Amino acid sequence: MTQHSSAAPAAAVGVGDPVLQTVGVTKSFGGVHALKGVDFELRAGEIHTLVGENGAGKSTLIKVLTGVYTPDGGEVRYAGETVHFRRPSDAQHVGISTIYQEVNLVPLLSVARNIFLGREPRRFGLIDVGAMNRRARELMAELGIDIDVTAELGRLGLGAQQMVALARAMSVDSRVVIMDEPTSSLESAEVDTLFRVARGLRDRGVGLVFVSHRLDELWELCDRVTILRDGEWVHTGPMTEMTRLDLVAKMLGRDIEEVRAEGATEFGSSHLQGGEPALLVSGLEVANRLHGVDLTVRPGEVVGLAGLLGSGRSETVKAVYGALKARSGEVTVAGRKVRTGSVRGALASGIALLSEDRKAEGIVPDLSVRDNIALAVLPRMSRAGVVSEARIDALVDTFMKRLRIKASSPDQKVRELSGGNQQKVLIARWLATEPTVFLLDEPTRGIDVGAKAEVQGLIDELAEQGLAVVLISSEMDELVEGADRIVVLHDGHVQAELDSTDLSSSELLAALAGDRETDSQTSTQAEGQHA
Amino acid sequence: MSDGTATATVADRSERSGTRFDIDWVRRNGVFVALGLLLLANVFLTENFVSTGTLRLQLVQVAPVVIVALGMALVIGTEGIDLSVGAVMALAAALIPLYVGYGSVGAIAIGLVAGVVVGLIAGVLVGVVGVQPIVATLGLMVAIRGVANLFGGEIKSIREPGLVSLGTGDVAGVPYVVVIAAVVSLVVWLVVRRSTYGRQLVAIGGNKLAARLAGLPVRRVLVTTYVVSGLLAAMAGILLAARSQASDPTKLGQLMELSAITAVVIGGTPLSGGQVRILGTIAGALLMQLITATLIFHDIPDSTAQIVQAVIVIGAVYVQLGRGKARRS
Amino acid sequence: MSTTMVDPATSNAPESALANRARFASLVQRQGALAIFVVVVAVASVSFDSFASQGNITGIAVQASFLAMLALGMTFVIMTGGIDLSVGSVFALGGVLAAWGAQHGTLVAFVLPLAVCGAIGLVQGLVIARGALPPFIVTLAGLLFARGLLLLLSDEGATTYKVPRGSSFRELAQGELLGIPYPVILVVVFFAIGGLVLHRTSYGASVLAIGGQEDAADLMGLPVVRTKVLTYVASALLAGFGGVMIASYTSSGVTILGVGTELEAIAAVVLGGTLLTGGAGTVLGTLVGVLLLQVIKNVINQIGSLDSDWQSVVSGTILLLVVTLQRVLTRGDRT
Repeated sequence: MTQHSSAAPAAAVGVGDPVLQTVGVTKSFGGVHALKGVDFELRAGEIHTLVGENGAGKSTLIKVLTGVYTPDGGEVRYAGETVHFRRPSDAQHVGISTIYQEVNLVPLLSVARNIFLGREPRRFGLIDVGAMNRRARELMAELGIDIDVTAELGRLGLGAQQMVALARAMSVDSRVVIMDEPTSSLESAEVDTLFRVARGLRDRGVGLVFVSHRLDELWELCDRVTILRDGEWVHTGPMTEMTRLDLVAKMLGRDIEEVRAEGATEFGSSHLQGGEPALLVSGLEVANRLHGVDLTVRPGEVVGLAGLLGSGRSETVKAVYGALKARSGEVTVAGRKVRTGSVRGALASGIALLSEDRKAEGIVPDLSVRDNIALAVLPRMSRAGVVSEARIDALVDTFMKRLRIKASSPDQKVRELSGGNQQKVLIARWLATEPTVFLLDEPTRGIDVGAKAEVQGLIDELAEQGLAVVLISSEMDELVEGADRIVVLHDGHVQAELDSTDLSSSELLAALAGDRETDSQTSTQAEGQHA
Repeated sequence: MSDGTATATVADRSERSGTRFDIDWVRRNGVFVALGLLLLANVFLTENFVSTGTLRLQLVQVAPVVIVALGMALVIGTEGIDLSVGAVMALAAALIPLYVGYGSVGAIAIGLVAGVVVGLIAGVLVGVVGVQPIVATLGLMVAIRGVANLFGGEIKSIREPGLVSLGTGDVAGVPYVVVIAAVVSLVVWLVVRRSTYGRQLVAIGGNKLAARLAGLPVRRVLVTTYVVSGLLAAMAGILLAARSQASDPTKLGQLMELSAITAVVIGGTPLSGGQVRILGTIAGALLMQLITATLIFHDIPDSTAQIVQAVIVIGAVYVQLGRGKARRS
Repeated sequence: MSTTMVDPATSNAPESALANRARFASLVQRQGALAIFVVVVAVASVSFDSFASQGNITGIAVQASFLAMLALGMTFVIMTGGIDLSVGSVFALGGVLAAWGAQHGTLVAFVLPLAVCGAIGLVQGLVIARGALPPFIVTLAGLLFARGLLLLLSDEGATTYKVPRGSSFRELAQGELLGIPYPVILVVVFFAIGGLVLHRTSYGASVLAIGGQEDAADLMGLPVVRTKVLTYVASALLAGFGGVMIASYTSSGVTILGVGTELEAIAAVVLGGTLLTGGAGTVLGTLVGVLLLQVIKNVINQIGSLDSDWQSVVSGTILLLVVTLQRVLTRGDRT
């Protein structure tokens, strides 16, 4: 083990000079070209965003820059000199730090240990725990974050963990910080802190790469943008010269006019409404999370659930679905009472939940598309415990066509599909249960723009067919355009209900931000308790 | 997973499948090829190999391993492991001489019930309480071996004619033991391929959380699986005792858990769950048996045989998993 | 991702019952074995006059010292999220090599077993860390390999090598300092070093990080491969050294030793509160786990009327009870 906290770059790099570059980098996987000669240039003292659809090669490029992948061709230059990173540690040694979307730290170790892992301050050859904790505290103070550095990392909220990752990056005196979707799990106050720190780093001459699916953030934070499409470089330029429409058009390789005609989302106007409520939730309470949530959804209605992180959006749908134990409250579907606290009870009553975490809670990666679609309806596809292959084939065929699932065959493993197609498989799984109420938790997160549009269109279609839909999304546009009505949650109870027919994004924002002062306070507390 | 690989597969699968085909084929069928080659080599190189006596002996010896390994394959399919099988074999066998007074059927039934009970305890610990399979079955392995010794004491011989004929008799020249192993294999194969339970088992092994959210009866499937494993282990223990006409609770079934796991893994079922390969498991058991036998035929001492086995296990697993690394990155 | 749906732990009531429960659970996790140990010792001291005698306690300590060596290595292996099934065989192999080597001098009796066992650990470590094969399978093969090698050396187990009379090698496990047998002193020293290594060196930090989140450890630039290889080498060396000690203690290379000892070692580690998933635990807990298992054996021997088979029944049951308790208490606290 060596201490490499002060690894200095090969040469001094002035602000505005290129610090990290790729020249004609290529990378392929099993004959498929993920990067086809990409040029990229990051300057010292700028925040540079990397934009592209899923599959455009963003992640691959980032992994090349950080030493996770070695490029097949072309070169990577750091401070003007060609470098060959074989492992992530090689990149770190020269001063490139990375912050990932899913926090890549060790949950069972303390905050301080996580910050200094591999570079612990030492005394007589042994780790100096006192000095380590003290320096960690100093760093946190510098970041303006109040966290107990001796606490187990896993007991902190995701936002706080992200801050620890940032502190780690700062502690190595990095010349380059790469942030791959760092904000996707952050609450907006935490996003503000992150941006403040990022700008501080930029002003000190650090070069930052920033990737985010939330387009608004790009204009707020970034100086320049590089757009990739299908593994190729498309555009690099200042952020200020880009309009939103421009950006989307370049990402998709479509004409601006075409994009403009279709609107930002794929949602149509309002849906059929009326009739008896399909879903009626009253006084739903979950220990420490929900304090009496009421919700009514009629057939054919799309109800948006809005709220900041920690407001209880996901908890609400999970409790309705029985995946989270409710302390009290009543759920009825089409007038019939649902047994709470039981997923199987909820399913039997006609509730389906497309959960937020596709990978962990959704797909069974090694099973085929076919088996994934049929998963929830196996008993219905069986007689006397024996599965009817013919019935499953018919079911799978219907849904693959209806949802336009792109797979080589129904027998292809789900892990091999793109994120968007995986999401469609999951939607098919739930539609196969013939639900009355469909709960969708971030159905378009992390899927490419094309699939996003298709999923949005599908939600519309399902509502038109009379399904009662609850839609959770962190994207304002999606809620405003997709939902008929928006229920705003705050701290585990309903704060407002908005009719979205004549609602604008900014009005929704105002409603969300309504009680700003108390909100940020309580959510900080909540983060502390989050395990 | 990188976005590059994810979409790449869809976009350009035809090109990719060309290279993937061979690897997958080796992974899936390597064990059969190896078995075939070894059989062929023996036909030419081993004297008297092609004789009913030799083949019969090999099959009789491998039958209990196959039965235990099938249960193990199911457990491993759920991302679990069952270290208690050897002890369960000993327990079931130890009970036989004690209850032989109830007739052979009664004694066998009691032995099988004991296996079911141990499986139930394991299943509840794993499926309901949530103890890690390796720890739960390790504790059971230690405890049940002790219980078997307490019941069985020293070696007891088994003379009840029904049991003796179960162990040594045959139907149309095929030993009962082999017939039973074949029937069990067929049933388990059908269960995995065609039953709702089998499908659910594989899904649970592949992603437990997703399975639970899809409304699958996770606990029930897990408990059932360990019960099946216990039942099959008890069956194997009884057959082994009947064949040797004795039950030795200290020795019987020792290291059987390792043989069974080896057969399953060599047969291509990953330890990470989500897949069950029944034919592979049977072939895996046969392969290991044949390797041992081949070494014995050629007067290679036990010690060397073990070393060779060790190398083969690593080699086989390497073939199956070695290239998985490339896929992961 | 560290959050899952079943976990209702986000709270805005800072000091909830949940936190207390979590604290209690973590106490049971870490100190459960200690509590049982204290109770067993207390009851045994009252019930049997002979239990608390100096001779008996020394006996327990010496008997436990061999398993302790294996369990120490196993603790590190399990903390990296791995498992080492080969230690029982390696332990026996080390003993046979030491006894054989003692005929050629005390130095050989030390160096030879450590060299061979270290090499086995090195190969296992490389295959696991570089080849990315599952530790369970690799060390299972290691178990067969080491046992095979042992049989090969001892004419299929027929020969038991003796440590020559008057050989200074016997001193290692039969000698004592201030009335304390060397093996006991060695265990104390090794565990002290083990604790220091785990908590105060970067190697130890890497061990915990790899067990906690291997991908993260890799991305943070920790030497994952090297750490794992070192850990399996250390485990094999400790097992081999345990064998050296027992060869010195029994003055011979007993070939039938060590069958199932790997499982005892695992049981001791788990009893001691180390998570089998890796990433957390203490070496001191492991020592308590080892002592608990040994005391149970001793107590059952003291109860003359009880069959020695009760040992395994009681050990197994206690293991199951402790892990069940850990599980039940940590439920809801888990992420």
